[in-house]
Amino acid sequence: MTSSRNVSARQQQDLLGANEREQSALRRNGVIDKLFEKGTLTLALAVLVLLATIMGSLVAAGWPAFQELGWSFFTGDRWAANIERFGALPAIYGTLVTSLIAIIIAVPVSLGIAIFLTEMCPVALRRPLGTMVELLAGVPSIIYGMWGVEVLSPFLRDHFPALFPAGTGLTTAGLILAIMIIPFITAITRDVMVTVPPMMRESAYGLGCTTWEVVRNVIFPSVRGGIVGGVILGLGRALGETMAVTFVIGNSLFLNPTLTGQGTSIAALIANQFPEADGLQRSALLLLGLVLFVITFIVLAIARLMLRRIENRAP
Amino acid sequence: MNPVYQRRRRLNRFVMVLCLSAALFGIAWLLMILVSLLIEGLPALSPSVFFERTRMSDGGLGNAILGSLVMTALATAGGSIVGIAAGTWLAEYGGRSHLANTIRFINDVLLSAPSIIIGLYIYAIIVLPMGHFSGWAGAASLMVLIIPVVIRSTEDMLLLVPGTLREAASALGAHRWWVVIRVCYTGARAGIITGILLGCARISGETAPLLFTALNSNQWVFNLNSEMPNLPMVLYQNMTINSFIPAKVELAWTGALILTAAVLILNILARVISARKG
Amino acid sequence: MTQTQAYFAPVFADDGATTVRERSGERQAPGNRSVAGSAAGSDSATQSRGDSATPGSEQSEHEAKLLVRNLNFHYGKFQALKDISMTVPANRVTAFIGPSGCGKSTLLRCFNRIHDLYPGLKTEGELLLDGQNVLDRRVDVNLLRARIGMVFQKPTPFPMSVYDNIAFGVKLYERLSRREMDERVEWALKKAALWGEVKDKLRQSGQALSGGQQQRLCIARTIAVRPEVILLDEPTSALDPISTGYIEDLINELKRDYTIVIVTHNMQQAARVSDITAFMYLGELIECDATDTIFTHPAHRQTEDYITGRYG
Repeated sequence: MTSSRNVSARQQQDLLGANEREQSALRRNGVIDKLFEKGTLTLALAVLVLLATIMGSLVAAGWPAFQELGWSFFTGDRWAANIERFGALPAIYGTLVTSLIAIIIAVPVSLGIAIFLTEMCPVALRRPLGTMVELLAGVPSIIYGMWGVEVLSPFLRDHFPALFPAGTGLTTAGLILAIMIIPFITAITRDVMVTVPPMMRESAYGLGCTTWEVVRNVIFPSVRGGIVGGVILGLGRALGETMAVTFVIGNSLFLNPTLTGQGTSIAALIANQFPEADGLQRSALLLLGLVLFVITFIVLAIARLMLRRIENRAP
Repeated sequence: MNPVYQRRRRLNRFVMVLCLSAALFGIAWLLMILVSLLIEGLPALSPSVFFERTRMSDGGLGNAILGSLVMTALATAGGSIVGIAAGTWLAEYGGRSHLANTIRFINDVLLSAPSIIIGLYIYAIIVLPMGHFSGWAGAASLMVLIIPVVIRSTEDMLLLVPGTLREAASALGAHRWWVVIRVCYTGARAGIITGILLGCARISGETAPLLFTALNSNQWVFNLNSEMPNLPMVLYQNMTINSFIPAKVELAWTGALILTAAVLILNILARVISARKG
Repeated sequence: MTQTQAYFAPVFADDGATTVRERSGERQAPGNRSVAGSAAGSDSATQSRGDSATPGSEQSEHEAKLLVRNLNFHYGKFQALKDISMTVPANRVTAFIGPSGCGKSTLLRCFNRIHDLYPGLKTEGELLLDGQNVLDRRVDVNLLRARIGMVFQKPTPFPMSVYDNIAFGVKLYERLSRREMDERVEWALKKAALWGEVKDKLRQSGQALSGGQQQRLCIARTIAVRPEVILLDEPTSALDPISTGYIEDLINELKRDYTIVIVTHNMQQAARVSDITAFMYLGELIECDATDTIFTHPAHRQTEDYITGRYG
């Protein structure tokens, strides 16, 4: 679209009998045009540079640890800085388990709320409730963490001492993560559900379908990709979350293959140890960060691809 | 009544009850959080919280609030410039080209990348070479977090400006850059500001990236080259290493209330601006 | 078969003399200089473009403002215009009619090269504005557009005040004092028969006006730049009958000072406002003649079928 302008700048210009002031305005504007396009392009390319340098700096900083520890980094089941043992398995296990617990709880609840908001709720309440959900999705995660350690974990310790002897643990963290991502998944699900054309919805109701049948047979099938994308996006959030988890996961550095016991996650481990870390430990933690980045990158990439497909179709 | 229909109706009612309880369940949790925030945070709320600095014992949150404001403002300013420019390129020049689609995809992924990774990244490229924690590093990490938000909303909002408006401006003899600045930006202004406010709300509550960039301080700090006090880190430290001091925990809840209120106000402001335009 | 009529240039002997007088009075507009020097008016402009017809000469009533020669246009692989050749005379209203998709808007959009905004579109042939080929890549497209104004199908007020909407185009190539700009805005709004309705709302958003007012605002905005040619792309298709009437009266007013090309899907409108009508079908120019002739004695069967409503 700019080819003709570029050509016109290079060759002798034909200015349709413009006077001198107009000619200088044209020349100036032509230069600014080019600077503007090149300038914005440069800053757009900064996004790619950002990704490359994130990857690059983490690889470079984590490389010494990988050289020292090799693959035992990924298989070691104990993280003990004092004896220079850095096994990432407890953290990776904790990350995956807490996120899975969160997703298992959050998905049905979020879908229920989304159906309630789009199909059942009185019209007058739809907007305020929907806005409330969106606002809650913006509450800083540290607030969830504080609430978890001050309210939820004492409650669990006092009422279910058999399951939660300390109140903290992987399930507690999963629960907090679930509460945190419920508004998030709900907001995305609601957004994609309203992209279904009203005509389609109405024609299904016109056949005599019940609300649930419309949702199940018309709405869900046509926005399945978007809902799955939203759920995976929520998963990505849970995987990388630091503050909501650190307070309640227990921060035990041993591999504890139970669901309710204490453990740690990659993000929590980094948050706890990085400020005082040095040498090999610091390098190992940066390597751990790279692992987290790669995991979330893959998960988020899948989510974005699925959401893009819905967005391209939306009006 | 027709038995088939009866069964369908029963199933429908059952599912609807499930949805309703899900809604009540979800909303109950969230209300509980807000209620505890008020119960725990309100008692210690007083003017001195805003004007006194953090201390080993007693003290307020003044320096932390100021530090947070400074770093968030710097990050928002810098991130807006980069984000608006990049979003402009994507919407006005990038089109459906391969490069533009790649940038869009990477940006979407960065949009929800874990914030602690951004903290590590800034640590590796700024803190380590400089040899010390600093407010600059904190602001830089927040800026990396806000840029994708602004890029995305700027592009979306510019694409909502009708193409006929661009044609009409070009048909008057306006150069492309002037069309973008004078017509497209004016048309998309409310949306772009909304995006910036939402991004600002997001970064103002971020804690993880500040852990190893700005760190924290008990002093009134006006030097961005040194460790910078900030509200999220005060909350974190008061709830972890200082959690044995009840006054510290109480102050943390007050801080949490202030932080949440600020974030919610920014969110509401953003919504009001975008609603007034629509 | 389309070529026989293509070079038609009408002769209007009856009002040739008035044309010259009116055109030399064109510079009543406030401000000191036209955008790029129009055919009539300032001396410097006339000198700088020696080859075109001299204003005031005997030929001015025949003068071809725009000359289209063997124009082909492609949207990617699809050829939307096939070997179009025609003449658009100065200070006349030329209408393009034809069924949807016949290429009339595409042809109009070639005249100010608005197609250049989009990649993958190809224009071939010659398009002479006062004898100069504007499809030449060396021609500065922005300046060309300042000389050939355009009004679109739907009103396109910019998201700014009524005043700024008009001033936008003027500021692109002229630096006027505050007072001069005020005068220019008033002049343009008066020309567009909108001044009375908006003189108290100059600071309000242009998008707050009614549809018909918005379209007249767009016309005023185009006039304010003082182009030589005004292209109107179905300017009334989104308007109610009363607003349409206003715009049609306006077109009749404006042709004294400007060369006007209008695309319309409304045959009655073409009959009402135009002096010359061109009928297009499937990307070809079937016939171009004086409007009376086209509507009473069309030379081609297809034209007759369209005009009598047999298809379209």
